[in-house]
Amino acid sequence: MKIDPIHQFNIEPLFTLGHIGNHTIAFTNSSLYMFIAVLLIALLMLASGRDLVPGRLQSVAEISYEFVATTIRSTAGSEGMKFFPLIFSIFMFLCVSNLVGVIPYTFTISSHLIVTAALALLVFFTVLFYGLYKNGLKFFKIFVPSGVPIYILPLVMFIEVLSFFLRPVSHSVRLFANMLAGHIALKVFAGFVAMLGFSLGALGWVGGVLPLALTIALYALELLVAFLQAYVFAILTCIYLNDAIHPGH
Amino acid sequence: MAESHGEAKGQAAGAHTEAEGGHHGGTFPPFDSSNYASQLVSLAIAFVALYLIVSRIALPRVGGTIDARQNKIEGDLAEAQKLKDESDAALKAYETELANARANAQAIGNETREKLNAASEAERKALEEKLAAKLADAEKQIATTRTNAMSNVRGIAADAAGTIVQQLAGVTPDANAVNSAVDASLKG
Repeated sequence: MKIDPIHQFNIEPLFTLGHIGNHTIAFTNSSLYMFIAVLLIALLMLASGRDLVPGRLQSVAEISYEFVATTIRSTAGSEGMKFFPLIFSIFMFLCVSNLVGVIPYTFTISSHLIVTAALALLVFFTVLFYGLYKNGLKFFKIFVPSGVPIYILPLVMFIEVLSFFLRPVSHSVRLFANMLAGHIALKVFAGFVAMLGFSLGALGWVGGVLPLALTIALYALELLVAFLQAYVFAILTCIYLNDAIHPGH
Repeated sequence: MAESHGEAKGQAAGAHTEAEGGHHGGTFPPFDSSNYASQLVSLAIAFVALYLIVSRIALPRVGGTIDARQNKIEGDLAEAQKLKDESDAALKAYETELANARANAQAIGNETREKLNAASEAERKALEEKLAAKLADAEKQIATTRTNAMSNVRGIAADAAGTIVQQLAGVTPDANAVNSAVDASLKG
C-alpha cells in the first residue's frame, strides 16, 4: 500500500484544445473543476428564486451578496462597490472551488500556484491601473506615508515600494500554500489509516482509530480553511483596491 | 505532454512519486510549468465567463430582489406609520368629542338642576305664602271668634250681674255701672 499525498495535485489532460506556440493547450481536470465552480455559482445565483420571503437557496445567494458587499463597504468604502462584480467573482470562485476541492477524489484549483498567482496579478494590475487612472501621479502617495520624519523617509519609501510589489507574491502564496499543505496533511493522515489496516491486520485497524479521528478533525479544519482563505483573498483584494481608491493614508 | 520533463525524474524526492505512474515524472505538479498554459487559458475563460455572468445577470438580479424587499419593507412601515397616525388622530378626535359631550352633559345637568331647584323653590315660597295667608286668616277668624265670644261673655256676665244684684238688693242696677264693674273684673 503506497500513499502518495502529491498525486491529488496532478494535472490530467482530458482532451487537447490546440496549441499556442509550442505550448499544448489541454482541457484538464483543473479546467473541469474551474467550470464546475462557475456552473455552481451560476446555478446558485440564477436558479434561486426572487421571492419576497427567500427560501434556502435564495437565502444563500442573498447572504453571499450581502456578505461580499458588506466586506467591500467596510474596507474600501462605498466607492469600492465599483469593484463589487470583480470581488464577488473572486470570492465565490475561490470559495466554491475550495469547498468542492475538500470533497474526496476532487481536484482543488487553488492548490496550483499558477492559478492563485494569476488571480493575484489580476488584482495587482487592477489596483495599479485603476489607481493611476483615477488619481494620476497622486497614486504614488501610497509610498509616502504621512507624518514620517524626512531623514527616514527614503528608507520607508523603499520598504513601501518593495511591499507593494511583493503583494502579489504573498497574496497568491498564502492561498496556494494553505490549500496545498492542508490537502497533503489530510491525505497523509487518511493514508495512515489504510496503511496501518493493510499492514498490521486487525490490530492495525484498531490502531487506525487515532489517525482517523485526526483526519476528521483536520477535515473540519480544512472546511474552515477553504472558506477562510477565499475570504482572506477577497478582503486583501478590497484592502489593496482601497489604496487605489484612496491613495493618501 | 508530460513525458518531456523526465529530466527532473532522477533528482529530488522522485522515488515515491515514481511508483505512482511514470507519466508525471518527479516534478511536483504545482511547479510543473508544462501545464501552466493550459491552466491559464482555462482560468481566463472560466473567470471571464464567471465575471460576465456575475456582473451582467447575477448581481443585478439578486441586488434587485434585495432592493425590492427593502423598498417593500420601507413602504409597509411607512404605510403602517400612516395608519397608526390616522388611528391616533381618530382616537384624539374621539376623546375630544367625548370630553365635549361630557362637558355638555354636565352643563345640561347643572342647568336642569338649577332650573328645577328654582322652580321648586318658587313653588315652596308660593305654598308658604299661601299657607301663611291661610294661617293669618285662620288667626284673624280665631281672634274675631274669640272677641265675639269674649263680648258675649261680657254681656252674659253683665246680665248675670244685673240679675244677681236685682235678686239680692231688689233694685235694678244702673247698666253702665254693671258694665264697668264687669269690665273691671274681666280685666282683673
